[in-house]
Amino acid sequence: MTAAELDEIILLLNREHGYDFSNYSMASFKRRVLRVMSLNRITNFYDFKYAVINDKKFVAHFVQEITVNVTEMFRDPLFFSKLRDKVLPLLASYPTIKVWHAGCSTGEEVYSMAILLHEMGLLQRCRIYATDINQAAIDKAKKGIIDVRLIKEYTQNYIKAGGKNDFSAYYTARYDNAIIKKELRESIVFSQHNLVVDGAFNEFQLICCRNVLIYFNRTLQNHVLNLFYNSLSPLGFLALGIKESLLFTTAKDRFTVIDNTAKIYRRKV
Amino acid sequence: MIETKKIIAIGGSAGSLTVVLNLLQNLSPNFIIPIVIILHRLKNIPSEMDKIVSITRGDLKLKEPDDKEPILAGYIYIAPANYHLLVEADGTFSLDYSEPVQYSRPSIDVSFESIAHIYGPNATAVLLSGANNDGTAGITEIIAKGGTALVQNPELSEYPVMPAAAIRKNPTALICSPDEISKYIEKLNPF
Repeated sequence: MTAAELDEIILLLNREHGYDFSNYSMASFKRRVLRVMSLNRITNFYDFKYAVINDKKFVAHFVQEITVNVTEMFRDPLFFSKLRDKVLPLLASYPTIKVWHAGCSTGEEVYSMAILLHEMGLLQRCRIYATDINQAAIDKAKKGIIDVRLIKEYTQNYIKAGGKNDFSAYYTARYDNAIIKKELRESIVFSQHNLVVDGAFNEFQLICCRNVLIYFNRTLQNHVLNLFYNSLSPLGFLALGIKESLLFTTAKDRFTVIDNTAKIYRRKV
Repeated sequence: MIETKKIIAIGGSAGSLTVVLNLLQNLSPNFIIPIVIILHRLKNIPSEMDKIVSITRGDLKLKEPDDKEPILAGYIYIAPANYHLLVEADGTFSLDYSEPVQYSRPSIDVSFESIAHIYGPNATAVLLSGANNDGTAGITEIIAKGGTALVQNPELSEYPVMPAAAIRKNPTALICSPDEISKYIEKLNPF
């Protein structure tokens, strides 16, 4: 697929269906498009274009598949241990702690965060909002069901992150699945939110948005970071993915660096 | 800053680290073409960066790029663990956390293909020792877009499977010893 063909698809998706992918990172967007084509056995550009224009069901499927929903519990254990040591103690002084997990995908990281908050004795005072553009991912996240084969790896991550309990205290295993404990599931409000077009909806003490900005170009990254800035209380915390940086964005002067390896930042007053 | 339109991508798996280290060791001090190194490694191990930094010369400018970091002349970039490394048309890196490709993330195929699309004939890709099939599709794309492909001679590779697979599929790739790879790369430098 040429760059011009890709531009044409982006234009059509916006004009015909209102989805704006024009400021996504083109390198990975192109890979995702080729992946959707191959999943659907579409071998040429004209068939693809026809489906994008005429097939509403295909477009819905396309939008779902274009977003990356790869995640795991306690991914980057180092990040979670830094969060526990450097951020959560400071949040303890708020009577109500509001947390926004933006781009939560199927929920693994937000459940990890809820476990941390529980272990710090803060979960009762927290309101955790978890959002994603992809409704199917949200539906899955709400269920809190994990493939039991992944539990071993998640347990190792949890221990590396400095987990204090027995990880098995947080789920119930049933045949091939493990279901996250009800108390944890009920501590999180899941809803759909599109970072590209939707605005601020509350004021938070902590926003966690890891490995979402990598799929956006610098223009859209700046836009989303502005949204985060406006959604944080003064001195609120922002956590990005460990290879995401404010350094190449216009937001860099509006935050102080709390931890450069774990990519934890704090909004200036 | 000195401008260069060229780029060199090196992909390696099992048995490639020594070759990479030697290559870096012999690089001339004024080498300015950016080099991107994609090595397979274990998950959730913070980085092999430190190891490479401690073994190689102190004057080399080594970096593990963050997302959207500009690609600069004179730098050697190492793909971060657990992400695919891509390049954008505006001369920056992009990272991608989608599914592993051929069980690998970073995937050599993904980086080579992305570099082929953006750099075309200005790209040189080098595929080293390894025990899987990553890199073959990437080498094909590099050649298709007019770039140059070098593959380590399987007979001189600790693990021949990966280079052998690439050669089978890409008969026009240049088959080189580690020494020849070093010399070829050095000749690309404008100085």
